[in-house]
Amino acid sequence: MWNWFHKLGSPKTFYAISGSLLPYFCVLAGIMLVAGVVWALGFVPPDYQQGHTVRIMYVHVPSAILAQSSYMMMAAAGVVYLVWRIKLADIALQCAAPIGTGLTFLALITGAIWGKPTWGTWWVWDARLTSTLVLLFLFVGVMALRSAMSGKASAGRATAMLVLVGVMNLPIIKYSVDWWFTLHQPSSFSLTEKPSMPPEMWMPLLVMVLGFYLFFFCVWMLRIRTEILNREYRSRWVRELVQ
Amino acid sequence: MKFGKMKTHRRNRLLLVIFVVVMSGSGIAMALLALNENINLFYSPQEIVDGKAPVGQLIRAGGMVREGSVVRSDTDLTVSFRVSDLKNAEFTVHFEGILPDLFREGQGVIARGILRDDGEFVAEEVLAKHDEEYMPPELNDVIEQAHSEAAK
Amino acid sequence: MMFESLSAFMHMGGHGAFVWSAYGIALIVFGYNVVAPIRHRTSMLREVRQRLDREAQ
Repeated sequence: MWNWFHKLGSPKTFYAISGSLLPYFCVLAGIMLVAGVVWALGFVPPDYQQGHTVRIMYVHVPSAILAQSSYMMMAAAGVVYLVWRIKLADIALQCAAPIGTGLTFLALITGAIWGKPTWGTWWVWDARLTSTLVLLFLFVGVMALRSAMSGKASAGRATAMLVLVGVMNLPIIKYSVDWWFTLHQPSSFSLTEKPSMPPEMWMPLLVMVLGFYLFFFCVWMLRIRTEILNREYRSRWVRELVQ
Repeated sequence: MKFGKMKTHRRNRLLLVIFVVVMSGSGIAMALLALNENINLFYSPQEIVDGKAPVGQLIRAGGMVREGSVVRSDTDLTVSFRVSDLKNAEFTVHFEGILPDLFREGQGVIARGILRDDGEFVAEEVLAKHDEEYMPPELNDVIEQAHSEAAK
Repeated sequence: MMFESLSAFMHMGGHGAFVWSAYGIALIVFGYNVVAPIRHRTSMLREVRQRLDREAQ
């Protein structure tokens, strides 16, 4: 197991394995997302209070889940890089940041669009919304620090440290709706509890969440593979590959 | 992976990582504890009744709209209703304007405005705080029917 | 299907602008996330070839 882990950490092996898996993941992500969107827009019953506005949930909730998950994965990569100095972990961290930024932005924008007709306001400075905005700033900060230090040997360690310092924001986002009075409602979807909506409403949500996860992995792999070529261009296998 | 077998420099780095996370975590936790009251977006009905909310300042107050307490004016957009915590505290809110779509009796609401010294709240903005329950309209009808039959 | 006609589908019970703009922005974010890495890969392959050519001389 430990050997296997180290082998996957070698850029060459990772490039080969991810290359053979990527097409399947992309097709699967596409199917899930198209099915989820058609289901969410056309076949989910309207909510008894919100009406058709509830359809915004099917982009808002998955993007918010993925925004936090991508930060979590980025932090895991940061720990691996800091402790074991596996270069691939540094590449993975660097490549997750722009995708996470997009997803957090999407969660905030769709939240605002959903908030206007349901709550009566686009934005309010409550704990959940503010901590999610902090998450966006963390992602942007990681990207900015990375590009400011580009070329320096300590760039990887510095960005990984920043990611780790920011990881405490994740429990704050998750529990903000329980710890403080917020306008945002508690989550209606968790792994441990029964969802607070009927199957015809949560099943398409599950499809969308899975689709978002698959999509994230696909575009993450795409970026990681390009960055591997960038950093390993002197090695023989890359030379043979590009020529 | 056994911790004891780990090379010394790796173990030191791992300890450093744990140290950074724990230190930043406890720092943030202390800051949040100090700010705890200020992070709350609104005052609860209990706090309003107990006089813990400042009078005459712009604040937010929230709770549940009590069933049957909404009084609408016939001539203008003035409306008043009672906001309660479903236990024993409640206060009156006066508002002039258009209420959000999801404003319903028995649902959560957050009002921004000024608490008068007579304990009544004059809102300049009312937001609907909906819960995390979602259901199709037909299902809600069935549940309400069951409720009314159970009440008979 | 929850809608009787295309116009009802576009209208979304009066909240069409909200629902469709949310899905539209999601489409833009997803589209960018697909196009950006593919374009970056093409330009990176070109750059790597140039770098190798330069160093071979």
